[in-house]
Formats: sequence, structure tokens, C-alpha cells
Amino acid sequence: MFPEFGQFSLILAWVFAFLLAVIPLTGVGMNKEALQRTAPALAWAMFFFTAVAFAILVRAFLNDDFSVVIVSQNSNSALPWYYKFSATWGNHEGSMLLWILMLTGWTVAVTVFARSLTVELKSAVLGVLGIVSFGFTMFVLFTSNPFARLLPIPPTDGSDLNPLLQDIGLILHPPTLYMGYVGFSVAFAFAIAALITGRFDASWVRWSRPWTNVAWAFLTVGIALGSWWAYYELGWGGWWFWDPVENASFMPWLIGTALIHSQAVTEKRNLFKSWSVLLAIFAFSFSLLGTFLVRSGVLTSVHAFASDPKRGLFILVILAITILGSLILYALNAGKIKTAGKFEFVSRESFMLMNNILLVVIAFAVLFGTLLPLIADAFGMRKLSVGAPFFNLVFNMLMVVLISLLGLGQLLRWKKQQLKSWTGFFIVAIAGAIVIALLLPWALSGQLHWQVWLGMSLVFWTAASLIRLLAEKTKNADSFVTGLKKAGVGFWGMWIAHLGLVVATTGVVLVSNFDLERDFRMAAGESVEMSNYRFELTSVDQVSGPNYSSDKGTINVFRNGKPIAELHPEKRFYQVQRNVMTEAGIDGNLARDLYASLAEPLDDSRQVWSVRLQVKPFVRWMWFGALLMALGGVLSITDKRYRRTARTGASL
Amino acid sequence: MKWYNQLVRCLMFAATCALAVQATANEVLTFDSDELRDRYTELTFQLRCPKCQNQNVADSNAPISEDIRLKTYEMLHQGYTDQEIIDFMIDRYTEFVTYKPQMSLVTIWLWVLPITCLVIGMLILFRLTKRNKQNENPALTEEESARLKALLEEKS
Amino acid sequence: MKFKPLLILPLFVVTVMFAVFGYALVTGVDPKAVPSALTGKSLPDFKLSDLVDNKQFLTRSDIIGEPMLVNIWATWCTSCKYEHPVLNSLAASGVKIIGINYKDDRELAMNWLRDYADPYDVNIFDPNGELGFDLGVTGAPETFFVDSNGQVQHRYQGPITDKIWENQLKAIFDEMV
Repeated sequence: MFPEFGQFSLILAWVFAFLLAVIPLTGVGMNKEALQRTAPALAWAMFFFTAVAFAILVRAFLNDDFSVVIVSQNSNSALPWYYKFSATWGNHEGSMLLWILMLTGWTVAVTVFARSLTVELKSAVLGVLGIVSFGFTMFVLFTSNPFARLLPIPPTDGSDLNPLLQDIGLILHPPTLYMGYVGFSVAFAFAIAALITGRFDASWVRWSRPWTNVAWAFLTVGIALGSWWAYYELGWGGWWFWDPVENASFMPWLIGTALIHSQAVTEKRNLFKSWSVLLAIFAFSFSLLGTFLVRSGVLTSVHAFASDPKRGLFILVILAITILGSLILYALNAGKIKTAGKFEFVSRESFMLMNNILLVVIAFAVLFGTLLPLIADAFGMRKLSVGAPFFNLVFNMLMVVLISLLGLGQLLRWKKQQLKSWTGFFIVAIAGAIVIALLLPWALSGQLHWQVWLGMSLVFWTAASLIRLLAEKTKNADSFVTGLKKAGVGFWGMWIAHLGLVVATTGVVLVSNFDLERDFRMAAGESVEMSNYRFELTSVDQVSGPNYSSDKGTINVFRNGKPIAELHPEKRFYQVQRNVMTEAGIDGNLARDLYASLAEPLDDSRQVWSVRLQVKPFVRWMWFGALLMALGGVLSITDKRYRRTARTGASL
Repeated sequence: MKWYNQLVRCLMFAATCALAVQATANEVLTFDSDELRDRYTELTFQLRCPKCQNQNVADSNAPISEDIRLKTYEMLHQGYTDQEIIDFMIDRYTEFVTYKPQMSLVTIWLWVLPITCLVIGMLILFRLTKRNKQNENPALTEEESARLKALLEEKS
Repeated sequence: MKFKPLLILPLFVVTVMFAVFGYALVTGVDPKAVPSALTGKSLPDFKLSDLVDNKQFLTRSDIIGEPMLVNIWATWCTSCKYEHPVLNSLAASGVKIIGINYKDDRELAMNWLRDYADPYDVNIFDPNGELGFDLGVTGAPETFFVDSNGQVQHRYQGPITDKIWENQLKAIFDEMV
């Protein structure tokens, strides 16, 4: 009976979403505060019933209830409990339910953390979130019911979770990513609420900024987790493929990054208001677009869910209503936004705008590259592919410009900056960065790559600028330390996030140019030398796991005759799905990863293997950089200002 | 001093990066030169497995990817240029087989659109900052004061 | 209020994008279906031995002349076994079928033809998949529709069933006759 309760509970959630979408917004329209005040209660009810539905689905997975279709298709009694748990969202229906759970979760978070908002704004925000919840809950109920049953005779066992997904990465990656996607719905709702109520004073940006930052931080971590997961789980050591699904997560991130900067200008200088509203709409729209691309089957991807054109059309209609509706609202009302204030070309505003232009252009280039194959195909021109070579080129070119500007832009004052007093610093820092970036990698590796030279020049230049930034902040303080303490969390958030970008760029530049990859034919007992490491394949053993059997290699790595690491690459065979998986053996530290994977056996006794060995310098810096960026995003919202303005907002 | 040790290890590692592979006797594929190896890596990264979901032939285990890799390897050693190899694959597997879009009336938009957006964006930026500079001048021209008046009326 | 075209622009761009999506979904774009590079082009040249007689070499000019199917098959290919009876009945109804035995073992292939009957006019033995590569084959079975001039008119990937033949492929073949 439980699955039916789950479905019933979801229907109730849908009803409450409907009420939330209608009543408070009617209240705003008719200026009736009593109607507006229903919003928080309705939001809580909607969240509660969604949570119950989700809990029941989790229960079905944990209890091996194979009468539920998606349990029987995506789980198995031999699966460890934590994979049964994560299998809940390892499929289209369950992941959609998780998506909605998070959306309703963010909705109640607004009621909790934004108690001091004006009743009108709050109910408008919640109402907009209600509309979105209503649409997506309807989508789940009508096209992707997670509680559909296989009755009267349920199968005795399930057909197992895709082995790719049996991994800690899958337990963490989708929920984090969805938190980011869905989190942008709050900034979106604030923007729409501002358009509806016509109140564009500085307070609405101040209120929505922390939400944008948190969502962006989640998205950053989610993308980094996905990249890390692909790196060690797909078995080939790649960390970014420009796959349509990756692009779908990257585009909202780019727009979200632009939004964070634009909102900063809007809050501090009361400029770019209409632009911030538009970016908030776009950030969430790109999140929704990702959902559509992954689930409609219009694009091929290694990550895509089993697709169904009917679902695609349904999502498309929801998207069209949400996105086009908000853009119509924007076209009608954004003209009323008044902007005052001026700035010169050399000013922080102007550089923030350049940052926005570049990020938005990158996002649209990625979007167009992702969609062009679809467009060419739909209009019968031809089948073509747009992949890594195109994206790398465009992305790298624009990022070079963006990071060069960052070094200058973060030092600038608002309104207007005289550069004269900086000339000395610029000459020293830029020349120094260029020279060090040429000499240091060359001296250490003996190799010259112009890409490394360029990339590391940018890294050193931005690092120098970050240090200079500290000096500027502490210039007028009694001592360096008190200056640092006084700088404020907003400053530190920015500083750490930019440092994260520097760290991540270092990782990308170095691993892309200095990585080594070779395929060897190795029998047990043989060893090869590569990059001063000696890899010795000690043995290949047959072992068995809970739901798979495996050839497990043991590779001892020596350096200068001393053992430094032991790698255990595996070739796993999952019995239920009859799937072969390559599990890499990795030993990593900050300087390098040693990466081994078994490609295929070359003899019948499975003792001689083709082994792929890789040395990946500085690869972890990318993910650490991403974590720093996320940390910066979260740190900056602890600023007292957000709490204080909330209080003054209430007293207005 | 942990971070310091890490740093030293980073540097020491980087120092040894250069000394590439020494024992190549066991390698699955041997190349006449490092240049050929780099081109092989590049090409197999650029060619798409025609049968897989979305993978390049370097990372794919499909038999067809193996064939394409082998053919690439052979053609490289026969002295074909990269573009000739790509064209050879396109003749057999259509443009779908290359992740690097070949220039045509359809794919040119991949470059034209972003550049157009960038140019428009920069124009807007220049206009904004120029307008602001003018505004800084407190003395308004006649036309401007008329416009200001009109705007104020419109507002009220 | 002044009319600002810039405010309409996002709406316009996104509407166009949705129109493309809608069109793609309604027309049922299948991103996985890759067309053959050979369609409308002439069958490539080759020189390979006959499956049955390893001393007999076959070339392009030996096989073309009338409309025919060129079928890629192998004994390791499970869906070929499934397709085989359909080919048998097609051959019986007068369709000329040329086989390309793809990346296979000569002996196993001859046993297969003995055990399951031989629908093929002649079989080209392609153990290394060279001809298959020139044809742009990605796996077995695949079937090319070649007209009397040696032009490839159509390519079908996967096993042909009676139903698929009746519903889509027969018309293509009849057009070549």
C-alpha cells in the first residue's frame, strides 16, 4: 500500500502547489494581505507532502519493493544499502522527485530565512515558486510516475543499478547539482516578484544575493563532483568532455557567475538593475533547459536518461510557459526600472560589465555549440558533431581575456579610477608574471609550451593582483593583521573565490599540457618506466564483490628504487546487468596523480593485460579550486549586512 | 610545515616530468617520432565513435573505434596529413565522425554568433561609459534640458 | 513609456529556440541515427577473395549489374542469426543478395551457410573489415541497397525483419528495379 500513499501524497503536494501558485499572487494582485499571508503555510504543506512521497520512494528502494517499476528496473537485492538509497535518484522518475523535493525545500527555506521580507514581496516570491512546483509536480504525476507498479505478480528480483552509478560519486553528485539548479529558482522568483510588484529598490537585490550565492556554490561543488566522478569512474582519466549534459550544467553556472557579479553592482551602486533581473531569469531558465536536454532525448549523451518524446514535449510546454511568461513580463515591466549613477570606462562597474559580457558570450557559445547538431539535424541539413575541439578553443580564448581583465578589475574602485599611481605595479607584476611563467615551468620540466606560458602568466598576474588587493585593504589600517580582520567577509568571499579560480586554472593548464598517457602490454611481474616512475604489475587476481566479479591488478610504483604507491585497477563484471566496468587505480597528492586502468586482457588466462598508465600533474588543483570558489560564495553571505538590512526591511 | 613539504614535492615532481617514457619496448603502439604520437593523440581525441553514445575513439572500447584508431595510426605512418585523415574518415562516416566542425555555411555560425554578441556587448559598454562621461558635465545643452523636462513630466 | 527593443530581444531569441525544440521533437529527430556517407554515391572498389573459394578474387565490377542488397554479416553476430531466415525468404522471392562476411573465420562462416542455408549470390570474405571500413560499417548486420549502376541508394542498420521489409524497405528496393 505504501507506494499508493506516496502517490497520493504527491497529488496532495500538487494541490498545495496549485493553491500556493494562485492564492498569494491573487492577494498581491488584489492587494489583500489576508490572502498573501497564506503563502508560508501553503509552502510548508507542499514541502511536507513532497517529502513524504520521497521518503516512501526511498523506503521502497531500501526494502526491495520490486512491485514498484523503477525499483525493479534500477535496484537489486544484492546491492549494498547505500546504493539502494542512492538508486532512488539514479533514474528519471526518482531524480525528478528529488528535484521537486529540493524545489519545495528551497521554498520553505525562503519562508524560514526571509521572515523579515515585506509580506507582499514574500508572498509574490513564494507564489512564483509555487507555479514552478506546480508545473513540475504535474510533469511527474502525468508522465513519470515514480510509484507505478508491476502488479499482480512483481518480479522476484530487480535488474540492478547501472554499475556506473554504483559509486559514492552518484550518492553525492546529483543532489548537489540539483541543489544548485533548483536554488536559482529563488533568485528567479525574487526577480519575477520584483517585476510583478514593480518594486525595484535596492532591497530586493540585497535579499536575493545570498540565495544566488548559495545556489551557485552548490552548483560549483556539484559540477566539480561530477568532473571528479567522471575522472575516476569512467576509467580513462578524462575530467571534462563537453558532453551535452555537462554543458547543461555549465551554462547555468556561467550565467550564475555573471549574476553574482551583476547583483554586486546592483546592490552597491544601484546600476544594471534590469540586467540583473534578466540574468536571474536566464540562470534559472538555463537550469530548466538542462533538465529538458537530459530528459527529452533530443541530444545524445553518455549521461542521458532513457528518453521519451512525450516527456520531452511536456517539459517543453512547462518550460515555454515559465520562461516565455517571465520574459514577456520582463519585456513589459523592465522598462519601468530606473537606473541612476554613472561610471567611467576604467572603473569597477565597467569591468564587472565586461565580466558579464564575456561570461554570457561563453554561455551562449556553449549553448549554440550544443544545439547546432540538433538544429542541423532537425532542418535536414546534415548530421554533424560539435565537441571538445570547438569548445576548448572558444572557451580558452574567452577565458584568457576574462582572467586578464580580472587581475585589473578586482583592484579598481567604483565609479572611476586613476591608473597613474598603479603604473609601477602593473609593469612589475605583468612583466614578472610573464617572465616567471616562461622560466619556472621550463626550468622545472625542460619543456616549453606556449599554452603553459600564457596560462601561467595569467595565473601569476592574477595572484599578484590578489596580493596587491590585500595590501590595498590594509593600507589604512593600524597593522596588516587588523586590516585583514577588518576587511569583512564580503571581501574575503570574493578574494577566496578568485583565489579558487587561480588554483583551478593552474590545475587545468598544467594537467592539460604536462600529462603523460601510455598504453602498455604487461604481464604479471613485468615493469615499465615512465616519467621517473617504475610501474610494476605485481599480479592480477580474480576477486569477487557483492554483485560483481573482478580482475584486480596490483601495480607497485617505485621512484628511485623506493616503493611509493600501490595501485589497484580493476576490470569488473557486473553479473545482473552483464556489464563490464573499468575501475581505475589512483594514487594522488597535490603534485600529481598516478592513474592506472586495465584496458583488456590479451591472453586467455587473463594474466597479460593492456594497461593504460597516466601521470597527471596538478590535476587535483582543479577540484580544490572549485571548492575554494564555492567556499568564497558561501562565506560572503555570512555578512552582517544581510541580517541587518533584513531587519530594517521589516521596519519599513 | 606540511604545505612546504607538499610544495617541494610539487616542484621536484615537475622537475622530473620532462624525462618522459624510457622503456617503450612494451608499448602497445610504437611511434616513429614524438610528433606522430602527439598527432595521433590529437586525432583520436577529435574523432568521434560513430556507434557510441557520445565518446571519442580514444576513450571508446567499441570495435569500430579500434578500427578507426588503427587506420589513423597506419595513415599517420604512411605520411598523410591530419586533414587528409579527417577527410578520409568523413568520406566513410560522414561529418558526424569529427568533433571539430568542418567549415561550412552551417558551422560558420558557431564563430559568427559569439563574435557578434561580443561586439554588441562591447559597443553597449562603450556607449554606457561615454554617456556617463557626458552626464558628468553639469551644463546641459538646450536639447538635453528639454529632454530632461520631458522625462520628468513622463515620470510624474 | 518608451519602447525599448532591447527588452524584447531575449523574448525573441528564446521563442526562436523553443520553436526549434518543438520542431525537433515533433518531427522526431533521432540523434543516434547516423546516415550513411555512401548514400547516393557509388559502391567503393575492392579486391577480396570469395568466401567459398579462397583463390577466386572478387572486385566491384564482378558484383554490380542489377539491383541488389549487400549484407554485412558474421557468425559472431547474434542478431545476424535472427536476420538470416528473412534473408533466405527474400532470396527465394528473387532478391539478389551479396554477402560480406565481416571480420570472421572462413570455416565457421561456411559451416553457418551449410547449417542455416545460403541466401547469398556470392560472399565476399573480408576478415580484416577493410571493405567494411570503406563502406562505413559500424557493426553487423548492415544492409546496403545498391542499384544496377552500382550506386548506393539506402543503408539499413540492424537486423531486417519481415515487418520492416514490408513496411519500409521493400518500397526502396522496388524503386531500384
